Amino acid sequence: MHRHTPVHLLPAEVKIVALVLFVFAVIATPVQQVWAFGVLAALIVAVAARAQLPAAVVIPRMVVEVPFLVFAALMPLTGPDPVVAVGPLDLSVPGLWAAWGIVAKGTIGVLGGIVLAATTSSRDLLMGLRNLRVPPLMVQIASFMLRYLHVVSDEMARMRVARASRGFQETGVRAWPVLAQSAGATIIRTYERGERVHLAMLARGFTGTMPVLDDLRATGAQWLIGLALPAAGLMTCLSAWMVQA
Amino acid sequence: MTNAHPSPTGAQIEHGQNTPPSLAVSGLAYSYPDGHQALHGVDLIIERGERVALLGPNGAGKTTLVMHLNGILAGGLGEVRVAGLAVDPGDRSVLQEIRRRVGIVFQDPDDQLFMPTVGEDVAFGPANLGLRGTELQQRVAEALDLVGMAEYSDRPPHHLSFGQRRRVAVATVLSMRPEILVLDEPSSNLDPASRDELAQVLMSLDVTILMVTHDLLYALEVCPRSMVMAEGTIVADGPTRGLLRDEEFMARHRLALPRGIRLDE
Repeated sequence: MHRHTPVHLLPAEVKIVALVLFVFAVIATPVQQVWAFGVLAALIVAVAARAQLPAAVVIPRMVVEVPFLVFAALMPLTGPDPVVAVGPLDLSVPGLWAAWGIVAKGTIGVLGGIVLAATTSSRDLLMGLRNLRVPPLMVQIASFMLRYLHVVSDEMARMRVARASRGFQETGVRAWPVLAQSAGATIIRTYERGERVHLAMLARGFTGTMPVLDDLRATGAQWLIGLALPAAGLMTCLSAWMVQA
Repeated sequence: MTNAHPSPTGAQIEHGQNTPPSLAVSGLAYSYPDGHQALHGVDLIIERGERVALLGPNGAGKTTLVMHLNGILAGGLGEVRVAGLAVDPGDRSVLQEIRRRVGIVFQDPDDQLFMPTVGEDVAFGPANLGLRGTELQQRVAEALDLVGMAEYSDRPPHHLSFGQRRRVAVATVLSMRPEILVLDEPSSNLDPASRDELAQVLMSLDVTILMVTHDLLYALEVCPRSMVMAEGTIVADGPTRGLLRDEEFMARHRLALPRGIRLDE
């Protein structure tokens, strides 16, 4: 899955900043200028294509957007007047525009997030956050979470097998106390593991700050390449406002 | 000083006139805050280059002893010296040097490997000692090479097998160039092949080893000398094979060999 396209090779902090600025440009674009969203979508699709992301990878991940789509679908039914009759339904015109805005902006934003996630390893993301001066404590917490997610989920899977092996069925309200106890046991085990990890860190000379091992910073050229996307997005946004006015 | 404590195994250990033993513990006693006394006066000497097994049933005080070797636990009576330097939990710089000299490999490699990649984890210890750049990279490469895991530097630990993770855990302390390697139950949960690989790695290292275990056959394989710990003191100390052959003594300390297994002469 890991390729070496220019998108993959950009430092994570450049990609994070570029995505955040691009999403701001998308959000700031007036919904009535439908063409602008075509341009914005084309921009992010172009980046995805440059990163050689197959549609089979990108499209299933877009499922995260579904709850927002459901919400968007309700807006024309509940929005204010004026209404327009579509078949048997009276749909609110402002509601329709609002729904379109959520669908368009949400889809482009999610697409951007997927491109970032698919082209950046979790470790690089953490490095990027650190380089962006996110407080070290938060980066460390996220880093430990990533490292121990598998360990904890393996433990939970073993507990589930152990329960099932003794005839436990995870159905109905009567299963809840057992599940709650398992959850409690997981929390205690995780806490104890935290203590053991801390001990292991102390034993190797940990004094309170994580050593910074590779201090690679993005170059000016990399920032220029990365910021091309939000720049194009901003141009589109401004053009849309000029047409609107 | 060293000559006063000849190695009980009679192993041929080269030491200069002034080489202090890797580990010297004298009169160590410790009670936990809840009042339970775990150590009742421990005395032991381990010379440089020895491989020693610390045998004992569960609850004998082995882990409490290990926690004293690098100053994680302290505050009782007695003294611990690592290559001549006394463990002083009050002095940060001494403690940092002690933690460099004593490399503890914990039982669960998932506790020991907490960084995103193998290489970063091996670099953690020496980086805490202030190493950076190419010097740090060399240390990492050297340590991973010693345990036969050189090509796994960029992998995340959860992608490795259990045996590989245990060997990487050994590398994470080797990268600090310790005076003494302390392993807590190194053979636990390993399949026979991984067990053997780890034994080969341990025997190839040029470092003093203290192996805490109740895997008697592993102790016999790796360590020429063994100590038996019971109820917070060392109750026996001698060549591993000789100790294991004293079936009655070992059984009394809940350390009998599996039924049907006998050691040759």
